[in-house]
Amino acid sequence: MLILECPYCGVKAEETELSPGYEAHLKRFGPGSSPEEFEAYMFARKNPKGVHFERWRHTYGCGKWFLAARCTATLEVFGTYPAQVSEPPADIIAKIQARRPDWKGYK
Amino acid sequence: MKRYSVFAIAREAVRYHLGWERAWASPEPKASYDAIIVGAGGHGLATAYYLGKNFGITNVAVIEKGWLGGGNTGRNTTIIRSNYLQDPSAAIYEKARALYETLSQELNYNIMFSPRGLLMLAQSHHEVRGYLRTVHANALQGVQTEWISPQRVKELVPIINIDGPRYPVLGALYQARGGTARHDAVAWGYARACSGMGMHIIQNCEVKGVRSENGQVTGVETTKGFIGCKKLGIVVAGHSGQLAEMAGFRLPIEAVALQALVSEPIKPCMDVVVMANTVHGYMSQSDKGEMVIGGGTDGFNNYTQRGSFHHIEETLRALVETFPIISRLKMLRQWGGIVDMTGDRSPIISKTPLGNCFINCGWGTGGFKAIPGSGWAMAELMAKGEPGPLAAEFNMWRFKEGQFIDESVAAGVAH
Repeated sequence: MLILECPYCGVKAEETELSPGYEAHLKRFGPGSSPEEFEAYMFARKNPKGVHFERWRHTYGCGKWFLAARCTATLEVFGTYPAQVSEPPADIIAKIQARRPDWKGYK
Repeated sequence: MKRYSVFAIAREAVRYHLGWERAWASPEPKASYDAIIVGAGGHGLATAYYLGKNFGITNVAVIEKGWLGGGNTGRNTTIIRSNYLQDPSAAIYEKARALYETLSQELNYNIMFSPRGLLMLAQSHHEVRGYLRTVHANALQGVQTEWISPQRVKELVPIINIDGPRYPVLGALYQARGGTARHDAVAWGYARACSGMGMHIIQNCEVKGVRSENGQVTGVETTKGFIGCKKLGIVVAGHSGQLAEMAGFRLPIEAVALQALVSEPIKPCMDVVVMANTVHGYMSQSDKGEMVIGGGTDGFNNYTQRGSFHHIEETLRALVETFPIISRLKMLRQWGGIVDMTGDRSPIISKTPLGNCFINCGWGTGGFKAIPGSGWAMAELMAKGEPGPLAAEFNMWRFKEGQFIDESVAAGVAH
């Protein structure tokens, strides 16, 4: 059972209270973009075995979207943070580097 | 390879069964092969088998990280059907189903194919319309299915409750030659036949990298050293993304967990496979008497082969209404596998940006039923370098071009 702490309301929510939203920090491409760009954004999502950044929604709580840093190989959660950022905040990066010294970094 | 037969049993019976040989050899890898298949699951072994049988390519190694058939091949609910809507899906799944019919004889290995009949329940008017459309499509595709009434459903499945109240059974899509097979035996049978043709099956050998020169694959780095190859087939299901990364490209695939469970064994009570897609659950009874139950995938990327418990709860809650008999059954065990989901939920059998490197993946939640057809199509692709009619539409560039196979054949449920 996955438990994530909502960064807005501070509730430690288990996953039935949350909705998954897949990859975080996506750059969106719409009309006018090339087929390659649109495919990369729409379908060729990051699928790492290890550190992953994801969108989650606290659906049955405050209803807000937030982001989470998680390990897909162990289900370890490194931390959650508000969604109003374009890349992971420094404290989350530091936490991940402490736990995963061989992590190649974001991007 | 010694043939299994009634005479072999008689011969062994009089000499204390000392003459049975290992079903497949476990050789050390050679320096190079004509073709390497990564992944000794059903799809990988079937690919190797049809490379040998259909194209005479037997200088082949099948490399496996763990043990043979230990991934999703050993973790599915063993359902076989081909009642799909779109032509490309119906073609490859029906090819697979047809090959399953005679696979035991062909491999000289009992895969226990049991075409016991398969029902997909319609529990909403939307589903009624959808399945009627599928029946008509199947008639044109040469796939034998029919639409049956709720009363006929009740005759076929006496333990079912067709009256609802929440989801009454309004009819069903019935494929009389759908059914189940012994999943491990499919992998073992193919492995034995491959080994018999002189192919090498190398277990406990993890691929760590893909080596290439001038855009052409030259071999793979493994835990047993470098192994060269002229052609490489990646058939690794859940870990396709990792292998693709080693080969230098990204796949439109995400890995998620899918779970299944079995109950304690009970006396025979249901001799067909029943799928209820509205409520996300499907069930059949194994030869041991266990009710084999599957449900939906988890909603987040995961490589742990462990799923979330609430999905099991949802599946059982839904099935209890349709099958009140199971409400007091104890569940015996539960397990998970990592499935590779594509954007249109259809598989990928394709050339890749790397020369002479081919990939077969994206079967998501519905790979077992496709094993023989998938191997057939992949072998053709690898041998000729170009996809045949079965694989053509399943190329990995369809996402860029928008030519989706618009059918949730692996929609995280109903397999």
